[in-house]
Amino acid sequence: MIYTGSSTAIAIFIAFVSIVIGLSLFLGRKAKSAQGYYAAHGQIHWFVNGVAFAGDYLSAASFLGICGMIAFFGYDGFLYSIGYLAGWIVALFVVAEPIKKLGRFTFADALDSKFGSRGIKLSAAISTMVVSIFYLIPQMVGAGALVKPLLGFSHLQGVVLVGVVVIFIVATAGMVSTTWVQFIKGSLLVFFCAILTMLILNRGISTTPAPKNGTFAAWKVLPLNHFEGKAGYTLLAEEGPWKGLPYVRVKNDKGLVEIWRKTGDTLTETQFVETAIDADGKKTVFVNGLPQGLGAGQTDLRPVGNVTKLPGGKTETGPLGPAEFLSTLQQSEILLWGSDKLVDKRDGKAVTIDVYFQKPTTGDKVLVPGASPTFAGLQQSDPIKKLDFLSLMLALFCGTASLPHILIRYYTVKDASAVRKSTVIGIGSIGFFYVLTLFLGLGAMTGGTLDVTNTNMAAPLLAKGFGELPFAIISAIAFTTVLGTVSGLIMAASGAVAHDMLTNVFKVDLSDHNKVRAGKLVAVLVGIVAMILGVVFEKMNVNFLVGWAFNVAASANLPSLIMLLFWKKTTKQGITTAIIVGMLSSLGWILLSGQTYKSVYGLDAALAPFQMSQPAIFTIPLGFLTLVVVSLLTQKRAAAREALT
Amino acid sequence: MTHENDESPQAVQHDDRNRRTALLLFVVYLAMYGGFMAWNVISPASMATPVLLGMNLAIVYGFALIVAALLLAIAYVVLANRGQAQ
Repeated sequence: MIYTGSSTAIAIFIAFVSIVIGLSLFLGRKAKSAQGYYAAHGQIHWFVNGVAFAGDYLSAASFLGICGMIAFFGYDGFLYSIGYLAGWIVALFVVAEPIKKLGRFTFADALDSKFGSRGIKLSAAISTMVVSIFYLIPQMVGAGALVKPLLGFSHLQGVVLVGVVVIFIVATAGMVSTTWVQFIKGSLLVFFCAILTMLILNRGISTTPAPKNGTFAAWKVLPLNHFEGKAGYTLLAEEGPWKGLPYVRVKNDKGLVEIWRKTGDTLTETQFVETAIDADGKKTVFVNGLPQGLGAGQTDLRPVGNVTKLPGGKTETGPLGPAEFLSTLQQSEILLWGSDKLVDKRDGKAVTIDVYFQKPTTGDKVLVPGASPTFAGLQQSDPIKKLDFLSLMLALFCGTASLPHILIRYYTVKDASAVRKSTVIGIGSIGFFYVLTLFLGLGAMTGGTLDVTNTNMAAPLLAKGFGELPFAIISAIAFTTVLGTVSGLIMAASGAVAHDMLTNVFKVDLSDHNKVRAGKLVAVLVGIVAMILGVVFEKMNVNFLVGWAFNVAASANLPSLIMLLFWKKTTKQGITTAIIVGMLSSLGWILLSGQTYKSVYGLDAALAPFQMSQPAIFTIPLGFLTLVVVSLLTQKRAAAREALT
Repeated sequence: MTHENDESPQAVQHDDRNRRTALLLFVVYLAMYGGFMAWNVISPASMATPVLLGMNLAIVYGFALIVAALLLAIAYVVLANRGQAQ
């Protein structure tokens, strides 16, 4: 879909970003020492830190990705909400206090507190870098998605804008300003999402939604033989890539081709996008046979997302309570959308055709796990899909406590009691937000505003359906969300390189001032890498990408953290090897999975060595096993070293 | 007073007690979370059964997991801070 900017949205957006930058400049003056830059002198109040946890954690993925997944596939998106929150239990009950006691600035500090090993520091720093960059990708993709409807920018411009602002924030400030940015953004995000949820419930559900940003037209359903012998229409032969597919193509009296999908004994209206790339690299896009655009003789994709049947034959419900909203949807029929991708040859040129078709689905199938392509086999006893589901839930459960940008936040408060209290505040804010995601996603699913080509746009477009102002506020907050999370991640990556690698591994003798300067330089470099990856991964659902970051974090970091705390025979060699094996195995699996083949490389998913997309169920145990085996094999060396000391 | 970097016998005892409490609460939550995963794998169809105010089992169990996380976290902070005050 084509998005146009609005002056209200731009004004509110500029105000938000200006406040964030102003705050960073003001607070940045306090971060002259390494202790100030990386750990805010350990003087952040527990309540502020708790809300900042929410700010760090409720990233673009939580807001854009989960809402988008729920809006397109139903309950499967909410699985991420449940898993993301459950991960905080591991963080609070298992990791938080020991990490606070053992470390100083970074996760590597804590892991290495007992051994003084360069191997541990190096492997932990590399793992921090990899996880941070993996987690940065969806944030940058989310930024690009947000800026499109907000400012009318392209994805590339959006990514560059976020990259530049974030690099500025991190390079000028450090942990104090990052914390305050997160505090403000976390509070605003939860508050305004609660308001948006109230608007959804007050609107209720209608079979003909009436969003304020456009008019909704019902999707046509015709009898199967509707076009046979019909004047003004010519049936096209079922040939080329269309052979054997459930489509009927007709040419109408204006010379335009229409594509209808055979669904039982009916024909249902589709939307289709044809994309051709010339020899000189110029891309031309046609929608439903006309050039894509908003001018005369052009057209654009229509927004989708509505309920087709309500219980009791009603056409609208009026305001609903939260439980009533969910139970009504459960008994309704909802129009979901599927897609097919075909490649045709025209004048010797390859033309890609994306056909988007109606999928009327009963609410009881939408509100249970198993409706998304990722978990589609869960309800049909497909063992691979069941394993994929278990693996994702395990990764989400174990991943939170292994995320470097979350772990470093334990060093910004003064003691263990503050760690506990701030984690509870974080869990409360995050949990409340995740409950809201279900209503936001389902509100988008039924509000008649979705862009059928982009799951990440569901939440901002939902807000746009309520008017320009809610849209501008929500988008500006979401954009600040991206800024905050990206700042935190770049801080973690910067600490890993400047503090762990330069100072502790390569023994570069840096003064306190130079350590901060090195950190800032690394922040700039990581920011540039994040911008490039944000462009490469544009089309992927950001939530799916975050799921992968959790897989890598949990596989690389959790076995070492847990065993260091609970198994006395753990050796430095065991930790180092477990981090490397966990990281490489999960990363390798993801890069060779069917999902990556299809979405990133554009290859046939069936060719991929791994059909499961979530590796954690194998790679986390592999990390533990590696640590145990290597630690047992190196006991003698550890004992000899202890005897010497 | 806090026990940060405090190696006194009371502090060590307090830390041990906290760790035991934390692990116990962790196991309680793990059982709930594991139950959700197992239920979905063993009997996915039952997740569509309405169980509370017309909401199905999947939604009610999902909300329960979120609320339980908060309640257990609050319980831990209360218990740990009470021990610290003593």
